[in-house]
Amino acid sequence: MLPELGHFALILALLLAALQAFFGIAGPMLGRERWIAAVTPAVAGQFVMIATAVGCLVASFVANDFSVMYIAENSNSALPLFYRVTAMWGAHEGSLLLWILLLAAWTVAVTIGAARLPPRFAARVLGVLGVVSFGFLLFTLATSNPFLRLDPAAPDGRDLNPILQDPALAIHPPILYTGYVGFAVAFAFACAAMLEGRLDQMWARWTRPWTTAAWAFLTCGIALGSFWAYYELGWGGFWFWDPVENASFMPWLVGTALVHSLAVTDKRGLFKSWTLLLAILAFSMSMLGTFLVRSGVLVSVHSFAADPSRGIFILAFLIVMIGGALSLYAWRAPLLKSTAGFELGARESFLLFNNVLLVIAAATVFAGTLAPLISDALKLGTVSVGPPYFNPTFMLSMLPLLALLSVGIHSNWKRGRLQDKQRTLLYTLIAAAVLACGLVFGIYSHGRVLTPVGATLALWIVLASLVDPIDRWRRGLSLSRAVIGMTIAHLGLATAVIALTTVQSFTTERDVALAPGASASAGGYEFRFDGVRPVEGPNYDGVGGTIVVTRAGAPVTVLTPEKRQYWVQHQVITQTSIKMHRGNNLLVALGEDLGAGRWSVRIQIRPLVSLIWLAALIMAIGGATAASDRRYRTVRAAEAPALGATAGDGAA
Amino acid sequence: MNRFTLPAALFVLLVIVLAIGIKHSPDKGIIASPLIGKPAPQFSLPSLTDATRTVSSTSLRGRWYLLNVWGSWCGTCREEHRMLLEARQSGLVPLIGLDWKDDDAQALSWLQQLGNPYEVVAVDREGRTAIDWGVYAAPESFLVNPQGIVVYKCMGELTRQIWEKEILPRLPKQQTAKS
Repeated sequence: MLPELGHFALILALLLAALQAFFGIAGPMLGRERWIAAVTPAVAGQFVMIATAVGCLVASFVANDFSVMYIAENSNSALPLFYRVTAMWGAHEGSLLLWILLLAAWTVAVTIGAARLPPRFAARVLGVLGVVSFGFLLFTLATSNPFLRLDPAAPDGRDLNPILQDPALAIHPPILYTGYVGFAVAFAFACAAMLEGRLDQMWARWTRPWTTAAWAFLTCGIALGSFWAYYELGWGGFWFWDPVENASFMPWLVGTALVHSLAVTDKRGLFKSWTLLLAILAFSMSMLGTFLVRSGVLVSVHSFAADPSRGIFILAFLIVMIGGALSLYAWRAPLLKSTAGFELGARESFLLFNNVLLVIAAATVFAGTLAPLISDALKLGTVSVGPPYFNPTFMLSMLPLLALLSVGIHSNWKRGRLQDKQRTLLYTLIAAAVLACGLVFGIYSHGRVLTPVGATLALWIVLASLVDPIDRWRRGLSLSRAVIGMTIAHLGLATAVIALTTVQSFTTERDVALAPGASASAGGYEFRFDGVRPVEGPNYDGVGGTIVVTRAGAPVTVLTPEKRQYWVQHQVITQTSIKMHRGNNLLVALGEDLGAGRWSVRIQIRPLVSLIWLAALIMAIGGATAASDRRYRTVRAAEAPALGATAGDGAA
Repeated sequence: MNRFTLPAALFVLLVIVLAIGIKHSPDKGIIASPLIGKPAPQFSLPSLTDATRTVSSTSLRGRWYLLNVWGSWCGTCREEHRMLLEARQSGLVPLIGLDWKDDDAQALSWLQQLGNPYEVVAVDREGRTAIDWGVYAAPESFLVNPQGIVVYKCMGELTRQIWEKEILPRLPKQQTAKS
């Protein structure tokens, strides 16, 4: 009964989404006030229906209803309750439903926030979100219905894919999708502005907190995914440039550019058409990511078992949404004229560089991700594009970005004169270089050329970002949340650069064969293997090893890697054991049983690796702080943005 | 064309590439197996029909074979059974069954009732061999060449389309010409 109820609720949600889209777009166009008034109830009703559908599916998962095909394929009666709930989004159908739920939640939030917007404009924003929601609901109902019954019912389920039975991965999709879906809001604002022909900078002001919040969620989501890949997949890396990872990284890069370009449009009324384009692109990248992951055109470690009919549907949807938005852009954007100018060396020019470099970075990732597809389509044979392409090309656009950041935050709007800041910039750069070389050569006593360069740039960002806020704080001046948020996010970026540089340069990795009682040394640590013992979990069994780590005779920690075999899917999973010691990440994984108690063991020591995920968290906190700035909540439609604002107002 | 229509034009190009991508990958609804292009995992198991005989990977060397993972408990296996019988009739490639985590008596009565498409059936009661082969869920089929290299893996039902478009083209010419 529950699955049918959920199915029915989903159909009602589809109808309400259609109404929301129609009234929201046609109402303002034809000037029908009653139609406009009907948009909000449609949003509320749709949210209730979608929440009901999700509730029904989760309840069926909890009740182990294996007469539902999706549940029979992705759950099992031995699965712990927590994973039976998160198994809801463990595969394609349910994760789409989650996507739709989050979109509905964002739409409700926009509806509440839209109370301050002109009603016609708000209706258009909600109308565009209705189109997006309608497309995804139709997609779910037509090709990916999670409520389909299985007749006869399965006696037990095939179990959730064992690699997904992990807390980090259980909460990864909701957070990541919240970020993806958040860009739909920026997209809707841009489309509404173009539909209305209201292309002043106000739409940028309204969009900023939403975009920054979405960006913060996406940052967290990507970091969680990377964290999971690191310790669950046990491949000993945190980023693989896998198509699915790239699918989340491309919207992040474009979204980062958007956050900065919105600042220029909001503050100075410049880059208007460019910002519109970025808003369209950020969401297009999210949609394209969905297409690449779900259609199966690219093979990835994360692949959902795909279905070409789904690919065709998403492609059609992409054509309608992105094609429609870009056509609208081609029609409306030429009407935009920027009257204000700026000098080279003004803050605008630095943000322009920022945008160009981030878009170039996104384009190189895009090219690398799609290269196998293009080569396949042109019959050039199968190519595989990996880190040897991505790492250097990405670095090429990132290094100038980092170098310009420190100068950029000290520049002024409109005016290009940097003379009064030259001294600050020079001193902070020298201090950063000295510190970086001291750290690199002092602690690690070796390093590649890029190591001191990366460390210098990162430390320069830290020092340069902090000069102004500290100065203002000492003089007792107030700091807006936007500026604090921007500073935190930039410090997060610097942290990430330091961590990445260190990890790339100073990782120790050894594969050894150890008999019980034997030791191996790596990176100043001793690893003693104490043999393996059988282990048993709720739905798996396997072996667990014990490895005692010491440093110069003093005990450090005990690592207990496992090799698990899940009963239902018969998949063997290597559970790595990771412990932190003085900023070093010690990782041990069990390899093969070599007989006579001997095992092959992989040992890795990565300095500062956890700093990567911490850095992402710092960036996200910065984004959240900036998004909560009061200024965004007290804007009036008629308010004119201050021209020539000082550097202290920030581009957060 | 001006700079404002350029994004739309680029998007059209992208759509064309993606459309070709879909068209060229009709069967990528499959999670690619890391075994493709690698030697088939070793095994040595008792035969279902004759418990004194063993079926081993070494005894299968030197010729093409299609290893089909099945079980009498598996619903989809029943659906693909008719296609397997036809495949046997064609005589193009011998089918080796891997009876996975099954009850011998039930497996035998299954073959009696539905017909036996297999040249020989290896019994994998504990499922260790299936783990070695990276079996995710039954049914699955692996095409192995005379050098013992896995050249193709089919996850799920072996349909006529997969048989004609994926299996047959991979077999050597003279072998398919025999029929």
